[in-house]
Amino acid sequence: MNFEHILFSIEAGVALLSLNRPDQLNSFNTQMHGEVKEALKQVRQNPDVRVLLLTGEGRGFCAGQDLSDRNVAPGSAVPDLGESIEKFYNPMIRQLRDLPLPVICAVNGVAAGAGANIPLACDLVLAARSASFIQAFCKIGLIPDSGGTWTLPRLVGMARAKALALLGNRLTAEQAEQWGLIYRCVEDAELRDEALKLARHLATQPTYGLALIKRSLNASMSNSFDEQLELERDLQRLAGRSEDYREGVGAFMEKRSPSFKGR
Amino acid sequence: MPQTLAVELIEPGVRLITLQRPQALNALTTELLGELADELNAAQADPATRAVVVTGSRKAFAAGADLKEMAECNLVGVLNDPRQASWQSITRFSKPLIAAVNGFALGGGCELAMHADIIIAGEDARFGQPEINLGIMPGAGGTQRLLRAVGKSMAMQMVLTGDAIDAHQAQRAGLVSEVTQPELTVERAVQVARSIAAKAPLAVRLAKEALLKAMDTDLASGLRFERHAFTLLAGTRDRDEGIRAFQEKRRPNFTGE
Repeated sequence: MNFEHILFSIEAGVALLSLNRPDQLNSFNTQMHGEVKEALKQVRQNPDVRVLLLTGEGRGFCAGQDLSDRNVAPGSAVPDLGESIEKFYNPMIRQLRDLPLPVICAVNGVAAGAGANIPLACDLVLAARSASFIQAFCKIGLIPDSGGTWTLPRLVGMARAKALALLGNRLTAEQAEQWGLIYRCVEDAELRDEALKLARHLATQPTYGLALIKRSLNASMSNSFDEQLELERDLQRLAGRSEDYREGVGAFMEKRSPSFKGR
Repeated sequence: MPQTLAVELIEPGVRLITLQRPQALNALTTELLGELADELNAAQADPATRAVVVTGSRKAFAAGADLKEMAECNLVGVLNDPRQASWQSITRFSKPLIAAVNGFALGGGCELAMHADIIIAGEDARFGQPEINLGIMPGAGGTQRLLRAVGKSMAMQMVLTGDAIDAHQAQRAGLVSEVTQPELTVERAVQVARSIAAKAPLAVRLAKEALLKAMDTDLASGLRFERHAFTLLAGTRDRDEGIRAFQEKRRPNFTGE
């Protein structure tokens, strides 16, 4: 499949997906949704892929929904925004969260609307120092979607989540790092290299175990303590059967560096 | 040799039946239901078998009836449907039957799971009765057992819209007893079966019968049945063994007598 609105490549275990509508700050239209969906499907189905890196081309990361796709002229029928969320955004967010491998997001510029919440569905978020996060929804009468209302309070606490969502102010990458919204803020010129370095490292790690870690941490956001202890027991049971665990222990005993296969 | 399922003796006492028509998501053909009924009849007759686990594949427990077969069946055909006899054998199975459900349990597959005494579900299991979408309705207990398990409102919504529910919803509603990691569903079901297999078989059998009575009789009759069953057990050797072992702080050795 040839992509027009995204760039997509797989190399040495790293899948690189870059949103590519730079003139529209990489905002989503229907075609881009379709292309991202197809790329994520390939990531899921290709056993060689051990990490996904998501980023954007040009000066922005993603400006959310392309509003020209959603023109609401006076007198026209009431739109059902729930439908596009159900059909496009929610499956993409679930997919990013559920992929059994680490997902890195390199936020290269402004991340607004859904574009601010897509990174929050990823596992490790790096942002360029000049990047910013804007929960722009409140300015056009909408609510933060793509998981924003769930993720924000869990990452930065309710007080800051409400301020971000109700005011829609621009949050700088540095502030985002200080608040714990993202993992790390790096110099603009270093973003892509840093993100690739991280991706290449993770692509050599025990992917199956990493997927179980991701699964358990995600589940902890809504589990009770007891449920989480039981989940740890079950996932550890699974991890203990992996080839990589055997390799990890073997390498440790033999004082050599392990060679993980991701299973 | 059964064609559509595999039977494993996991250990003395526990049999695992795996539905094996993965290409058709384990759709329940006449053949498959017949073979399942035969296997349960065999397990019923085998005194060494104390519990049975039934499961499907990682993707589907059973995704419904076989539509091709169904399409070829007219009114008279449905009236004389040989599958009714198979369903009855499954219903009459008097030993503990545990369903380990991963993936889809839809239509007849959901009904099959509900024939089990206990349902253990993998996190990504989905339960539904989508018959309504085909202009038909559940025909193997779906409208009856589902309502008793999840209550009227949810049963009506599921049966009338055909929409499925996920494993966690099913657990909250009381349709399944445990939700586990999909990779561990069968293991967990076997663990539960093993635990039951270690109990006194007659007590297990009468307890199961008493619980099922509760589903289709009034409280007074149910209590009367329970009392009779309880009394019957007083005549068993396993009861003496169970109480004595407890007093002597040792593991009981039940023989089924």
